[in-house]
Amino acid sequence: MKRSLLAVLAAATLAAPAFAQQVATLTGAGSTFVYPIHSKWFDEYHKVKPDLQINYQSIGSGGGIRQFMEKTVDFGATDGPMTDEQIAKIGGAVIHLPTVLGADVPAFNVEGVTELKLDGPALAGIYLGTIAKWNDPALVKLNPGAKLPDAAITVVHRSDGSGTTYCFVDYLSKVSKDWEKKVGKGTSVNWPVGLGGKGNEGVMGLVKQNPNSIGYVELIYAMQNGVPYAAVKNKAGKFVKATVAGVTAAAAGVPMPKDYRVSITNASGKDAYPISTFTWLLINPKNADAKGAEIKDFLRWMLKDGQGMAPALGYAPLPASVKAKVAKTVETIQ
Amino acid sequence: MSTAAAPVRTSPAERGGLSIPGPRERAGDRFFRLIVTGFAGLILLAAFALAWQLMSGSLQTWKTFGFSFLTTSVWDPVQNVFGALPFLYGTIVSSLIALLIAVPLGVGSAVFLAELAPRGVSDAVSFAVELLAAVPSVILGLMGVFVLVPAVRACEPFLTKWLGFLPLFRGAPYGIGLLAAGLILALMILPYITSITREVLLTVPRPLKEGMYALGATRWEMVRAVSLPYARSGIFGAAFLALGRALGETMAVTMVIGNAPQISASLFNPAYTMASVIANELAEAAGDRHLSALIAIGLVLFGVTIIVNGAARLLIYKVEGRK
Repeated sequence: MKRSLLAVLAAATLAAPAFAQQVATLTGAGSTFVYPIHSKWFDEYHKVKPDLQINYQSIGSGGGIRQFMEKTVDFGATDGPMTDEQIAKIGGAVIHLPTVLGADVPAFNVEGVTELKLDGPALAGIYLGTIAKWNDPALVKLNPGAKLPDAAITVVHRSDGSGTTYCFVDYLSKVSKDWEKKVGKGTSVNWPVGLGGKGNEGVMGLVKQNPNSIGYVELIYAMQNGVPYAAVKNKAGKFVKATVAGVTAAAAGVPMPKDYRVSITNASGKDAYPISTFTWLLINPKNADAKGAEIKDFLRWMLKDGQGMAPALGYAPLPASVKAKVAKTVETIQ
Repeated sequence: MSTAAAPVRTSPAERGGLSIPGPRERAGDRFFRLIVTGFAGLILLAAFALAWQLMSGSLQTWKTFGFSFLTTSVWDPVQNVFGALPFLYGTIVSSLIALLIAVPLGVGSAVFLAELAPRGVSDAVSFAVELLAAVPSVILGLMGVFVLVPAVRACEPFLTKWLGFLPLFRGAPYGIGLLAAGLILALMILPYITSITREVLLTVPRPLKEGMYALGATRWEMVRAVSLPYARSGIFGAAFLALGRALGETMAVTMVIGNAPQISASLFNPAYTMASVIANELAEAAGDRHLSALIAIGLVLFGVTIIVNGAARLLIYKVEGRK
């Protein structure tokens, strides 16, 4: 009797699943982009459910996908969906579950200019190097009245592979045939021009330091740094400056496929901000032991309570239509 | 580990006349020998395992691109076309710039510390120099971003004005680029060159120097004719060790080099190094071929640093053997 009590105690303190028929930790790895909201969620959820600990390592989306495929983690997180090839390799055993949305903004540093309007072809031209000066006719036409200098554009991009880059070049591939043909999309690409900064903060720093520069960063970084960023023309022809609401609007304007692997860049919808993206959790449809139930519980909580925490951290919550769909998918997890 | 050799039995005389241990201690000695041999073996094993991992991980790249991996300059993770030449170029050129700046500075200050400065000053400054070597590279990188890069940006137009006839000093003054990377590396390797060179200069036999003075040589003549030639291979060794450090340096360089895989004549233009591209792209390298290409770069870097460090060791052994 005394012995079994000791065993239970040991199991409870050491969280050894062999003794307690209950999962006490979940491990996940992946996207650095979602790390702030993930740590907030896992922290808050731990308060709601003290007997579950979720560990998340922000090793990057690519690493998250790899670890998920090798089954070394219980869930992955990625900003770019897995490819068909990757899904086939693990026998299709993955659910892409959208959690929140993010957006990239073209931040710029041009003396005397605080408002800038850009469209897809202009942005692609700048990043291809075909638009090399601020007073290029294409830019002047978009910005009548703005005092654009006769100066070379210093183009800044990310040097590290990143979901932010994926979202940005995915957009450029959609709006520019030239871009699609010459560069394409991926977490790292072969940039035709520009300086590479490491991380959002690296790009932000280069833009701030270099006069006449432009660089894409996540919305929250531009907001926090007080750097001006351009309004981008969306598919409906309207110039939209990125806001949390505009990003959610973009997600609502795209027909959602069954597996949720959808790109929402250049979405239709009057208020949709065009350089937006979902980020996904990678979940195994069939989990060992009680892990499935634990994951399900967490996801239910994330949809109900977690979504409200997103805007404060610069992420856009899922639109209601997507949320309803995701809630149904969550129930299928075993 | 079972690679421990059978213990060599030594006669008491060979043990330098120390008190002869009893049979019990002998068993302990044997155990001790086994353990430390095992430790030493583990280090070797780790080195070989590392080389093996790098080779097996990059096999795909060598199969696909062969030797052209080292001679082509397109790095396109989207199309899965990989060539490492711009990274090799960036690594070697930024390190050479660093050497070009740090060797004269380092040797000069070492001569001052070893030959001219009063003992107290020499020791204090040497201590400070060694502290400089312990500064984490990310701190130097931050300093690079906030101090060095703006300073370089401000200087570049003047360099173009005065030295613009050389293609080395043309181009847009971004601040970040090869020049900034070379400067930050120079700062990082300077302590190595200074402190090793000083040590080597201190080994120059006194009678040789006094002989020079007796012949009526000035201090400069003595340094030039005796100290520097005597310390020559040690200085080379220091430079090579510093080069090894510069080649592998990642963080500070990544922050100031601009990370663009291109080969251009101008030092003002952004470039890329092998260590930087691995640090930048490994985490998000989703494709197998991209990953393999990055590991292949790791193997090349491993090879280059081993060669450089090996050469440095040889030179330093040579000078130490003469002590």
